[in-house]
Amino acid sequence: MQTTQEKIKKLTGSKAMNLALRQEMERDPRVFIMGEDVGKYGGIFGSTTGLYEQFGAERVMDTPISETGFIGAAIGAAAEGLRPVAELMFVDFHGVVMDQIFNHMAKIHYMSGGHVKLPMVLLTAVGGGYSDAAQHSQTLYASFGHLPGMKVVAPTFPRDIKGMLAAAIRDDNPVVFMFHKTLQGLGWMDQLDASLGPVPEEAYTLPLNKAQVVREGRDVTIVGAQMMTVEALKAAKKLAERGIEAEVIDLRSIKPIDSETILKSLAKTHRLVVADEDYFSYGITAEIGALAASDGFRYLKAPVVRLATPDVPIPYSRVLEKFVIPDAKDIVNAVETLVTA
Amino acid sequence: MKGIDKNDLLWMYRKMKTSRYFEQRMEKAYLEGKQPVFNIGAGPVPGEMHLSTGQEPAAAGMLVHLTKDDTVTATHRPHHQAIAKGVDLKKMTAEIFGKKTGLGKGKGGHMHLFDPDVKFSCGGIVGAGMPHAVGAALANKKMETDRVAVAFIGEGAANSGAFHESLNLAALWKLPFIVVVEDNAWGISVPKNKSTSVATNDIRARAYGIKGYLVKDNDPMEMYRVSREAVERARNGEGPSLIEIETYRFLGHFQGDPELYRDKAEVPKLREKDPIERLKKYILKEQEVTVMELEAIEKAVVNEVDTAFEFAIHSEFPEPEEALEDVFA
Repeated sequence: MQTTQEKIKKLTGSKAMNLALRQEMERDPRVFIMGEDVGKYGGIFGSTTGLYEQFGAERVMDTPISETGFIGAAIGAAAEGLRPVAELMFVDFHGVVMDQIFNHMAKIHYMSGGHVKLPMVLLTAVGGGYSDAAQHSQTLYASFGHLPGMKVVAPTFPRDIKGMLAAAIRDDNPVVFMFHKTLQGLGWMDQLDASLGPVPEEAYTLPLNKAQVVREGRDVTIVGAQMMTVEALKAAKKLAERGIEAEVIDLRSIKPIDSETILKSLAKTHRLVVADEDYFSYGITAEIGALAASDGFRYLKAPVVRLATPDVPIPYSRVLEKFVIPDAKDIVNAVETLVTA
Repeated sequence: MKGIDKNDLLWMYRKMKTSRYFEQRMEKAYLEGKQPVFNIGAGPVPGEMHLSTGQEPAAAGMLVHLTKDDTVTATHRPHHQAIAKGVDLKKMTAEIFGKKTGLGKGKGGHMHLFDPDVKFSCGGIVGAGMPHAVGAALANKKMETDRVAVAFIGEGAANSGAFHESLNLAALWKLPFIVVVEDNAWGISVPKNKSTSVATNDIRARAYGIKGYLVKDNDPMEMYRVSREAVERARNGEGPSLIEIETYRFLGHFQGDPELYRDKAEVPKLREKDPIERLKKYILKEQEVTVMELEAIEKAVVNEVDTAFEFAIHSEFPEPEEALEDVFA
C-alpha cells in the first residue's frame, strides 16, 4: 500500500466496503453489482448504500430470489469480460447455488486450460452471535476453502476490507469475499470497537493471500479470522495482565493460507492456538494444525490447541449459541493450560 | 356462497384472531431490550422476526380444509400458518423465547418450527419447503391415503428453481399437492413487478398442466372457496393445484426494517381493508352469528395466547451443554 500523504478517515466495515465498490465502479465501467436487495435497500448489511442512486439500476441490479440464475449469469458475464460482483446475503443461502459455484465458477478456468477467465467476486455475509439460528448464522470458511479454483478471503478490519475488496474486483480469478456481520458496524447489531477503523480515502489494493500479525508476542501464537481475531486480541490483553504475551495473527485469506507468516511466528513462540467460528471438523483449525505438524513440528513445544464451533448446527437460544461459538474466555483458558503445561 | 359451513367461518375467525393477537404480543416482546437502540441480538426474543400480520387469510382459508394428518410446509414468516395448522401454541411460543420447553428445545427459533404431531414444518431458506411438500404428497400417494400436502411460499420463491422443479414433479406424478403462493407484493425490498416475469403466478400453473387459481385482494371468503376446491381435487386424485393469493404485508420484511423502499401511504391503505374485520362483517351479515358469540371467541383467543406467553416466559432455558445433543438420532 502506498503511504504518501494519504487522507485517512474512520470508517465502519460496511462503509469501507461501500467505498471500495464505489471507487471500483467509478474506475472501471465493466464492474457491476447483482444481488437481492442491493438496489434501493442498499444491501441488507449496508454494503451497497447509495450505489443505486449513483450508478443506476443498470449497474446495481436487484435480482429475483433466483440464485442459480443470477450467480450463473455472473459467471457468464465474467466470461465475456465484465467484472460482476454478485452478492448473496448470507453464506447459508449458497446451498441452492453450489453447483454454479464449485462445478463452474471454480473450475472453468482450469478446464479451459486457462483460456477462460472469470474475474468475478462473490460477496457474502458470515457469522453468528445474535440468535439468527441454524440457517442464518454459519461461518462456512472451510466449505469454500476446500474447493480448488477460487480465492477465499475474510478480512477483519475496515482498512483490510476496503483494500482487499478492491483487489478482489481487479483480480482475474473468482474471489469469494466474506464479510462478518458483526464487524460491519451496523447500527442494529452489537457495537464493536473493531468494526470502526482508519481507512485511506483514496483507492488502494491489498494482497489477497497474506495474513497479518496484529499483535506481537513471544509466548504463544493465536491464529484466527474476523470475530476470532477480535476475540484473540481481547484474550491477549487479559493474558498480558498475567504476564503471558500472545502473538495474534489475523488470517485475512482463508484460501490460500499464508503459511509463511504462521510458521515464522511459531518459530518464535513455539505454541499454537487456532480459533475458528466455523465448525470443528475439516476446518481452519485442522488445516493450520496440519501445517504446524508437517512444516512447523520442530518449533512446537506443546500440542496444537484447536478451538472451533463443535460439529453441531448453530442453535437459536442465546445460552446454547454462546456455548458453541468460541470466545476470548475460551482462548484465555486454552492458552493458560498450554503455557503452564 | 353455496354449502358454506358456519363453523368453518368461525374457525377461520378464531385462527386469524389468534395469529393477529399472538403477533401483537410477539411484536412487543421482540422490542423488549431493543429500545431505545435497536440491537437484533438483544432482549428476550433475539434474532430476526418476520411477522405475518395482514396475511392471515392465506393460512386460515386453506387450512380450514385440512386435518392434522395433512402435511404443511411453511415459510420464514410462519406464525399464521403454524397457528392455523394447529401447532402447539405453548411450545411454539417457548421455542421463540429460546426455552427448553419449546418445539425444538430452543434450538430452532422462530424460522425453524417443527411440530410432527400436526405435520408442520417451516424454514429460513426461500422456496426450500416446496420439494418437501412434494415428497410428503408422494408418500401420501404411495401409502394410498387421501391425505394432501400443502406448501406455503412467498411470491419471491416462485422465481427459484425449487418452485419450478417441484411443480413439474408434482404434475408428472399427479400428486395430492397444493402450493399456496402468498403474494404480499414485496420480496424484502423488491416489488413483484421487478422480480417476476408474469403479473400473477397462477398463469405459470398452465406451463405444468395443473390447475391455477388467483385470489384477489386478500379475500378470506374467496381463499376459503378456492382452497376447498383444490383440496377436494387433490383428495380425489385429480392432481396438484397452485393458488396465488394477493395478500398484504402490514409490517416490514422483518421487525426493524426501515421500509424506505415503499410509499408511506401504502400500509394505512392496506390496513383499511383489514381481512379480519372483513371476515367479521361477512359472518355477522351472512350467518346466524351474534356479536356476543364472536366476543366469546375473542376472549378465548386472548386467553389461549396469554397462557402460551406465560408458559414460554416462565419456562427454563436449556443447559448450555444441551447444544451438543440432538445432532444424530
